[in-house]
Amino acid sequence: MRNFVDQLVNNYEFLETFPRPLLYLIAMVAASAIILGFIAILVMFFVWLERKVAGHMQDRYGPMEVGRHGWLQSIADGIKLFLKEDIIPALADKPLFVIAPIIVFVGAFSAFVVVPFSENLIVADLNIGIFYILAVSSLTVIGIIMAGWSSNNKWALYGAMRSAAQIISYEIPVGIALLAAVLPAGSLSMRDIVLAQSGGFWNWFIFRNPPFGFVACIIYFVAALAEVNRTPFDIPEAESELVAGYHTEYSGMRFAFFFLAEYANMFLVGTIVTTLFLGGWEFPIFPSAFAFLNPIIFVLKGIALVFVMMWLRWTLPRLRVDQLMYVSWKVLLPFAFACLFGVSAWMLLLHSA
Amino acid sequence: MLETADLLKEGIKEELKSDEMLLNMGPQHPSTHGVLRLVLRTDGEVVKEAVPHIGYLHRCFEKHAENVTYPQVIPYTDRMDYVGSMNNALGYVIAVEKLMGIKVPERAEYIRVIVAELNRIASHLLAFGTYGLDIGAFTPFMHAFRDREKILDLFEEASGARLLYNYPRIGGVAKDVPPGWLEKTRAFIDYFKPKIKEYNDLLTFNKIFIERTANVGVLPLDLAISYGVTGPNLRGSGMKWDLRRNDPYSIYDRFEFDIPVGTGEMGTVGDCWDRYWVRIREMGESIKIIRQALDQIPAGEVMAPEGLKAIKPPKGEVYVRTETPRGELGYYLISDGSQQPYRLKVRSPCFTAMSVFHEIARGGMIADMVAIVGSLDIVLGEIDR
Repeated sequence: MRNFVDQLVNNYEFLETFPRPLLYLIAMVAASAIILGFIAILVMFFVWLERKVAGHMQDRYGPMEVGRHGWLQSIADGIKLFLKEDIIPALADKPLFVIAPIIVFVGAFSAFVVVPFSENLIVADLNIGIFYILAVSSLTVIGIIMAGWSSNNKWALYGAMRSAAQIISYEIPVGIALLAAVLPAGSLSMRDIVLAQSGGFWNWFIFRNPPFGFVACIIYFVAALAEVNRTPFDIPEAESELVAGYHTEYSGMRFAFFFLAEYANMFLVGTIVTTLFLGGWEFPIFPSAFAFLNPIIFVLKGIALVFVMMWLRWTLPRLRVDQLMYVSWKVLLPFAFACLFGVSAWMLLLHSA
Repeated sequence: MLETADLLKEGIKEELKSDEMLLNMGPQHPSTHGVLRLVLRTDGEVVKEAVPHIGYLHRCFEKHAENVTYPQVIPYTDRMDYVGSMNNALGYVIAVEKLMGIKVPERAEYIRVIVAELNRIASHLLAFGTYGLDIGAFTPFMHAFRDREKILDLFEEASGARLLYNYPRIGGVAKDVPPGWLEKTRAFIDYFKPKIKEYNDLLTFNKIFIERTANVGVLPLDLAISYGVTGPNLRGSGMKWDLRRNDPYSIYDRFEFDIPVGTGEMGTVGDCWDRYWVRIREMGESIKIIRQALDQIPAGEVMAPEGLKAIKPPKGEVYVRTETPRGELGYYLISDGSQQPYRLKVRSPCFTAMSVFHEIARGGMIADMVAIVGSLDIVLGEIDR
């Protein structure tokens, strides 16, 4: 971002009159606004897509009334949520209740700062990119616990407790599985990780260091499903058990924040898998020939992965809490470790040869 | 020294004891199948004790029945187990017919069996679909309702109603089925038979589903018998007991069909999965019965002449039990010779199933409560009446 501003200043001399920090700040705000707007629109698309996918899997159409094939349905729902009365339960802990959805929302959306839509289309290419994502997105759990606690509702509390246990447990396999992609790239920067996979799909980390790259990808995807509370790991908001889990008492815009954050998180998982295992913005074959398509390809890969998540949601039942913990600690974690060792061993072999 | 150690242990236990929480599950809750209220004493996720509270749907059925004429009771029976209305009304009309000694025409008997079995399929489809919902899978529910809808269409054609039919009447059925209805029914069972395999692929043999239901809510056979549990819940515990076979009513003795029982295929005999699996297989058996009935059904009248006059049974009492989709539904009917029943007592299969709930729910997790309630397949309308 700094480079971009410096370049602008070099090209347009009148910009010299403004102090640099101010220009940086303006550029930052503009970039964040663009990202926020783009992700928000994408999220609305996902909400619509989810309902269509669910509908067609269940032998019905899904939304059909608002716009052609209901494509405006999300906007209609958004307006409805926006106009609804803002209800805060009388016995709720008000400050916590109010900021909880904001924290969840911020955690989900700020992670997109380091997502590389193409080689240059990236708000901030942090040298600790993937680490930053892990750190920021685990803010979500704090927001969820705040929401569950402050609602003063037993169901919400249960949802929050489950969520805390679940997200913290699953962060460990997530981190270790990601290392299996970080190791061969030799960098935590999202951009460098994608560049390390350039030159055709056989260079993607999912196909490298066989079979560990592939297994690591699956482990990450499964564990990430749990981190974003998707079926079969949606126990924090298990409708049939906990009514609505941690957001039972929320309505209107505050609920919409949780909802948007959930779908933003799904797309975030999609982009992480894309970046770390599926070659990021690159077209599978002859990547240089399709360079102009890069951002679109990146988004399409992300959407495809989100579709897989929806597919799973409308197919699978839900695990129980103890089974969820079992999957994390006794299945995913050992396999993630095995992948890490496997990848390291491959690299050692290849480098010494 | 030993004593001190023991004391120390006791002390630690005391200190580590965490608070229990009373959790009020229902009557407004997504998966209590109506208005059941469960008070759960929970320690974290584990349920120490589950106490069901019923009565939120009490509509004084038995008292109502004493104040209306015999045919007027039939719509009330529909409203007890509102997803198995045909079977409820069937039990009641058989009781009155037995009291009066009415001989029902052959064709009416066959129509009754066909609609009762179709109703059983519809009811089990609902149980299957909502059970998927309870476990967290939404899609089976929609698929089940798609097929249940076709049965309701058939019922609508025959009786005019989609849920509360008022179709079996004292002495026969309300009216003959419309032309072409029997062919449509045959087309439906031909369509429906392969669907059962689809359901199995989608839900029954799903690994997560089995993990969630096998070895959960185990109802041992002796406990089931001592509580008087009947129907698929009893058969899920491994007892081959079906009133259609063991104490045939109507014309059920003319049909060939199997009685599926739980075998503990995936876990223990009598667990949630076994009860669920019994219901799935019973749908297949109902198809067999319907097919035979469609082959054998004669032409003729659908109403006995006595049914067209004022119903005035002689003094006396009668107990009739029938196998509804939920188990043994009994009607104990006392007549004082007037046009209104003197007393009508209902023996509800759901009530007995619910009464065993606290025994099998103890020690489970909150998610198991939902799985157990769903596997007992209760309808609160029948428990409370």
